[in-house]
Amino acid sequence: MAKVKRSPWLLHYDGSSCNGCDIEVLACLTPVYDVERFGVVNTGDPLQADILLITGGINTQNQSVVKQLYEQMPRPKVVVAVGVCACTGGVFKDCYNILGGADTTIPVDIYVPGCAARPQAIIDGVVKAVALFQKRADEYSAKKERKN
Amino acid sequence: MIYRVISVILFLLLAPLVGGLLDGIDRKISARMQGRIGPPLLQPFYDLKKLMAKQTIVVEKAQTFLLLSYCATQIFTGCMFFAGEDVLMCFFVLSTGATFLVFAGYITYSPYSSLGASRELIQIMSYEPAILLSCVGLYLATGTFNVSSIIQTPISLILVLPGFFFGYVFMLSIKMRKSPFDISTSHHPHQELVKGITTEMGAKNLAFYTITEWYENVFLLGVVALFIVNKNPWSYLAAVIVVLGICFLETLIDNVSARVKWHVMLKVSWIVTILACGINLMILMLINRG
Repeated sequence: MAKVKRSPWLLHYDGSSCNGCDIEVLACLTPVYDVERFGVVNTGDPLQADILLITGGINTQNQSVVKQLYEQMPRPKVVVAVGVCACTGGVFKDCYNILGGADTTIPVDIYVPGCAARPQAIIDGVVKAVALFQKRADEYSAKKERKN
Repeated sequence: MIYRVISVILFLLLAPLVGGLLDGIDRKISARMQGRIGPPLLQPFYDLKKLMAKQTIVVEKAQTFLLLSYCATQIFTGCMFFAGEDVLMCFFVLSTGATFLVFAGYITYSPYSSLGASRELIQIMSYEPAILLSCVGLYLATGTFNVSSIIQTPISLILVLPGFFFGYVFMLSIKMRKSPFDISTSHHPHQELVKGITTEMGAKNLAFYTITEWYENVFLLGVVALFIVNKNPWSYLAAVIVVLGICFLETLIDNVSARVKWHVMLKVSWIVTILACGINLMILMLINRG
């Protein structure tokens, strides 16, 4: 944990979530859990974000939005699906307007299950995402150096 | 001459370190004030390192050029100040540099960024009168605009210019983008304009912006020190303590106040300018005449 030194900036997108998971994501920022300990900042700007946190399933209306947000984020990037709806579609899976989990639209790296996902589980997922981000960042810089 | 060169080189090398460290301390103290543990002290440097390594996506290529111009002018301002040049000229260059940032915000055509740039213009309009008047105050008290001569004053200028000092420190919270005056862009993650003027700055561009901000803050705090420093070498220690105190005060104000609307900021800052700086100016002119 002490070695997690990079600064992961989160972009939180609420798909068709019931807001349960969103409240838990925000709970992570409160004094009780304080994810800023790991340098995590909850930014609203995709251009500055490293980790995309999605809550809620994908429906026909927000599919293009999620795709666009993902494309606007500069590489390296990591996607975390928070809550069972973002993982698989959850209880809404068979609804006529729901396409399924976040992985129906963009590549998801970390799945955090739960309904709603507990803050501890979200932090665990974020820490895993940070490790993956660090790995990808190293690979990305190595690739850039090779190009030069 | 050699002292001036050393001072400028020290500024160029140390200002980003001091600026970044002050930023880290600010984040740590803010977190403690909110009952959180907060990020590591060196977090701003980790952020910078990460930003430099990320893929650069630019919406408009000219933005990088404008940001680099902004960066260069702000660094130049600091160099002039620490070389002991004209303090009025320093602020003119600083304001010129600030317009590059406004252009960098406008050029992307993003509504958030453009609105942030408009608000930045209003911020400039709010702090500029007080800052220019402070230069006039420094001149009236010492008879010179040159920093190298001002620091030779027999007594600390804060004793003669308390109104100007108050006015300048007040404008510092606008210039350092602290609540309640962080309307163009905020250090806090969420605001109504996404990230305001910095919305379309990613990766390297944001890194340039951050470094510039650190240089700028060191220069602005240097001017605070100018009010304290006098002939006595011990006054430099007093200046450092006062500067750290002001930084703490800014953090405190940042944490206890909510963002205001732009017209409130404009009114309040001009009232402070007229009352604090204006009355001090009148008293100084009366004394000088007598």
